[in-house]
Amino acid sequence: MPALVVWIGIDHCGDSLPSRRFCFVQERATIETIWNGLKEAIRLIVSQDPALFEILLLSLRVSGTALLFSTLIGVPLGAVMGLSRFIGRRFLIALLYTGMGFPPVVVGLFVYLMLSRNGPLGQLDWSIIPNLFTPAAMVVAQCIISFPLVAGFTMAAVMGVDPALRQQVQAMGATRWQTTVAILSEARVGVIVSVIAGFGSIISEVGAVMMVGGNIEHRTRMLTTAIVLETGKGNFDLALAIGVILLAISFITNVAMLYLQGKGFDE
Amino acid sequence: MNETIYQLRGITKSYGNGFALRLDELDIRRGEILALVGPSGAGKSTLLRLLNFLESPNSGSIRFMGAEVRPGGAMPLELRRRVTTVFQRPVLLNRSVAANVRYGLDLRGRGEGDRVKSALETVGLADLSHQRARTLSGGEAQRVALARALVLEPDVLLLDEPTANLDPYNVGLIEGIARQLNQEHGATLVLVTHNVFQAKRLAHRVGLMLEGRLVELAEAEAFFESPADPRTAAFVRGEMVY
Repeated sequence: MPALVVWIGIDHCGDSLPSRRFCFVQERATIETIWNGLKEAIRLIVSQDPALFEILLLSLRVSGTALLFSTLIGVPLGAVMGLSRFIGRRFLIALLYTGMGFPPVVVGLFVYLMLSRNGPLGQLDWSIIPNLFTPAAMVVAQCIISFPLVAGFTMAAVMGVDPALRQQVQAMGATRWQTTVAILSEARVGVIVSVIAGFGSIISEVGAVMMVGGNIEHRTRMLTTAIVLETGKGNFDLALAIGVILLAISFITNVAMLYLQGKGFDE
Repeated sequence: MNETIYQLRGITKSYGNGFALRLDELDIRRGEILALVGPSGAGKSTLLRLLNFLESPNSGSIRFMGAEVRPGGAMPLELRRRVTTVFQRPVLLNRSVAANVRYGLDLRGRGEGDRVKSALETVGLADLSHQRARTLSGGEAQRVALARALVLEPDVLLLDEPTANLDPYNVGLIEGIARQLNQEHGATLVLVTHNVFQAKRLAHRVGLMLEGRLVELAEAEAFFESPADPRTAAFVRGEMVY
C-alpha cells in the first residue's frame, strides 16, 4: 500500500537522516503510484474495460441529463433576472448567489431527506418522484447544484451586454422575444461559460451523488464515487486512472465548447 | 406634404421626479424633415423614443397612421416596424457588417440579400460587408447603423444626433443619404441635433425644445430668420449657453 506509507511519510519528514531517507522512499513510491495510475488509465481505456465504461457512461448520462435540465431552467431564469426589473429581484439574486455556493454534500442531505421513504416527497409515492439510490435521484441532486450556477452566470452575462443594444434592437422592430434572443446571442460567451461551469460543478462532485446514489455497483456508481471507493480499498492505481479519465472528460468538454463558440472568444 | 403622419396631444413623460417631456400638441407631416434643436436634457431624445414607440407616454395620446397609443399601451407591431431610429451611439451586434444590416430584415422574416448589398453600397461600405462590425471606426459604425435603417425602407426615420462626433466627410455623407431618403423615397425624417447649421441645411421645419417643452415650431426659414420667441432667437444666435 504505497500511498498509505506516503501519507505517514508526510507527517514524519524531518531534518534527521533517517527521516530524510524515509521521505525519499515515499516520494519514489508517490511517483510510481502516479506513473502506474497513468499506465492503468491508458490500459483501461485501450482495453475498453467494461466496468470502467459502465461507470463512465452512467456519469455522463447522469451529469448530462442534470446539465440539460439546469440549462433549460437556468438560462431562461438568468435571462429574465438579467433583463427584468421587478419587486423581490434583489432577494432572488441573493438566493441565486447563495445557491451558487451550495456545498454539494448539503444538497445531497437535503435531497436524501426529501426523497427518503418518510420524507415530504418520498411518502407521496408518486411515480414522477424518483426513489433514493437511483440515477434519477442523482440527477435531481446535480440539478440543484448546477442550475444556480447556470442561472447566475447567465444573468451576469446578460447584464454585461450594453443596455443601449436592447433599445436599438427594439427600434429595428424586434418583438420582446426577438430582443431577448438578440441579447442572449450577444452574451453567448458568458452563457456558454455558465453551462461549462454548471457541468464542471457536477461531473466532479462526489458528496451529493454518494448520499443519494449510494455508490451501488452497476446501478449508481459514478466516476467520483468510484475514486472514493477505490482509494478506500487501497487501489490507488485504479483510483488515479479514473481520476485521469475524469480530467480528460472535463478537458474535452471545455475544448468542445470553445470550438462550438468559434470566434466569440477571439475578441 | 400636408398629410399628418403623427398627431401628439397632451403628452407628458417623466422618469421619477420631474417631467422629461410636456408637449401640448405636435403634428408631424408625412414626407417632411423636422429638426428638433435644443440643449441636452430638453426632452428631444425622449420624444424620439415615444415616436419610435419604445416607450409609452404617462398621459396624452399619439396617433400614427390611423392607430393610437395611450399611456401603458403599445403600437401594433406592423405599424411600429414602419419607424426606426439611428442613434447617436450605435451599438452593433457582434456579427459581420452584412449580418448587422440584414438583422432588421431577419426580424421580419425577409431575406432580401440584394437590399443589404444596395444599402451597404449607398453608405460606401460594400467592401467591408464581411468584416466584424465591432472592428469599425465610429464613422463607419454610424454608416452601418444608417444602412440597417435604410434596408428597412421605413416610412419614418428618426435620427438622434446621428453625426455628433463624426468627421466632416461622414457628416456630409450621412446628411446626403438622409436628404436622398426623404426626397426620393418620401420618408418622413425627424432629426434631433445640437447643430443649428445642420438643422438649417436639412430641415423643412425646425422646433426648439427647452426643459421638456416645445418652445417654438416653425418653417425653417422663419425659425432662423424671424423667430417668434426670444429664446429661439438667442439659440439661433448661439447666445444660449448649455
